[in-house]
Amino acid sequence: MSLDREDVRKIAFLARIKIDEAELEPLAGELNGIIGWVEQLSEVDTEGVKPMTSVAEMIAPQRVDEITDGNVAEKVLSNAPDRAKDFFAVPKVVE
Amino acid sequence: MGKLNDLTITQARDGLAAGDFSAVELTDDCITAMEAARDLNIFITETPDIARDRAAQSDARRAKGEVVGAMDGVPIAMKDLFCTDGTLTTAASHILDGFTPPYESTVSQNLRDAGAVMLGKTNLDEFAMGSANMTSYYGPVKNPWVGANGEDLVPGGSSGGSVSAVAAHVCPGATGTDTGGSIRQPASLCGVVGLKPTYGRCSRWGIVAFASSLDQAGPFARTVLDSAIMLGAMAGHDPKDSTSAPVAVPDFEAAITGDIKGLKVGIPKEYTLDGMPSEIQDLWDRGAAWLTEQGAEIKPVSLPHTKYALPAYYIVAPAEASSNLARYDGVRYGLRVDGDSLDEMYENTRGEGFGAEVRRRVMIGAYVLSAGYYDAYYVKAQQVRTIILDEFNQVFQDVDVLLTPTAPNAAFPIGAKMDDPVAMYLNDVFTVPANMAGLPAISVPSGLDSDGLPLGLQIVAKPFDEETMFRAADVLERAAEFSALPKYLGGQ
Repeated sequence: MSLDREDVRKIAFLARIKIDEAELEPLAGELNGIIGWVEQLSEVDTEGVKPMTSVAEMIAPQRVDEITDGNVAEKVLSNAPDRAKDFFAVPKVVE
Repeated sequence: MGKLNDLTITQARDGLAAGDFSAVELTDDCITAMEAARDLNIFITETPDIARDRAAQSDARRAKGEVVGAMDGVPIAMKDLFCTDGTLTTAASHILDGFTPPYESTVSQNLRDAGAVMLGKTNLDEFAMGSANMTSYYGPVKNPWVGANGEDLVPGGSSGGSVSAVAAHVCPGATGTDTGGSIRQPASLCGVVGLKPTYGRCSRWGIVAFASSLDQAGPFARTVLDSAIMLGAMAGHDPKDSTSAPVAVPDFEAAITGDIKGLKVGIPKEYTLDGMPSEIQDLWDRGAAWLTEQGAEIKPVSLPHTKYALPAYYIVAPAEASSNLARYDGVRYGLRVDGDSLDEMYENTRGEGFGAEVRRRVMIGAYVLSAGYYDAYYVKAQQVRTIILDEFNQVFQDVDVLLTPTAPNAAFPIGAKMDDPVAMYLNDVFTVPANMAGLPAISVPSGLDSDGLPLGLQIVAKPFDEETMFRAADVLERAAEFSALPKYLGGQ
């Protein structure tokens, strides 16, 4: 599998990263170098092997369903690039 | 008094307890060294006021006989991947411009609770993605060791600032994080001790996430004993991290007995690489001989799928990174670059905010997780990971620890290996398997190459058996008698 500039454009959109036209080609080369190298995994026989979900055999811990945090709107918003009252502000999404 | 920054954690602790000097005096010497070493670009943010304040509090506690922990009054440097309440936290990325967390990570809080004094936030590869500290938005860190012809060298990465702080005697200890070798590889390249504990030993809460199934915090220090003391102050169960293990923290210092009689040490043959410098092979052989002399039993073992750990890592880690880094969208914190639509704002923000290596990894991650490729790449890599873990489990039926080189090379010049991402990735070929299997592993400075640069050996242990890891590492350290010092010391 080799990525071309259109593939790179599509992946960049999936990742929401703006890429200049001039960078698509070199980036395709870099990504193909990495993808080509990881494809050596195809040599490994993984028939019937369970994909790992966690290195530790742990059961997800449970706790009492109670509120342990909250009422910190000012803290939550303290780093916001833009805000309106107690809300994060973003470019208009509904016409 | 002067030069208190040269002390180890143990010496500082004992000197403070004996009243030979105060925490403020100790901290002042470290601040002087921090300022004198600025040419190494170790710190992104220096926090001398916080340091003096906490040192004064430590002295006040001590005067009342209320020492709070093993590191009370001991200055440390904090990798700028740990969120610190009220102090800029950047992950060395442009995209976190101005981010000042209103909360403290659990590990940095644990260190505060143990009395440690934060000197500042150290430089690193952007989002901890790199093996040379070359990808930081804040510029490269210099290794305090220099090349044979005086050239500037990389400190390794990603925890480049923290390792240089300890190697250059700015302070006796520093925090790091290790996703694929980001503590152990720089420790090897800078001649200090660095370790990654078992996955789950330290809480990940409040650490800027890179690859959540692999990330672990750990200490840098100049001796094995120091690193045991510092890990004890960092570790512990934390309900805020559901992968934090609900187990007690042993007395790591007490585990260091100097006695390894009968210890079974495995030598995995697959860690011999084509083209690896013979000096590294020789050092590895010497390490095995040292442990034998001290009563250990050396056993050749085989981990056949070792060579697939690194390529599997470069699917798993970018996949997790692409998910974790989705949060940097210009809405809640950090950089925002405006656009005409919401999508355009996201794309502009992330296009400008991420550096080249982060961009590559996020895109690889998005690709291997995308419809049609998920099974071929991501599931395959997780299957390979299962095989790697099974092989370690098998080998640990027969041996107590493994001995390997830490890195396939010594420190290299700033700017080298930058043209080919895969060449840079190969730095972590010996460290990544322990992350993939969640195992504790430590790098101990063990010798110098022909250019006079440090080389480390790695001890890998069973899950939650850091005690045996420390016991073996201490014996290795004593046998190696590593006493060489870098050119830049205390900023001189």
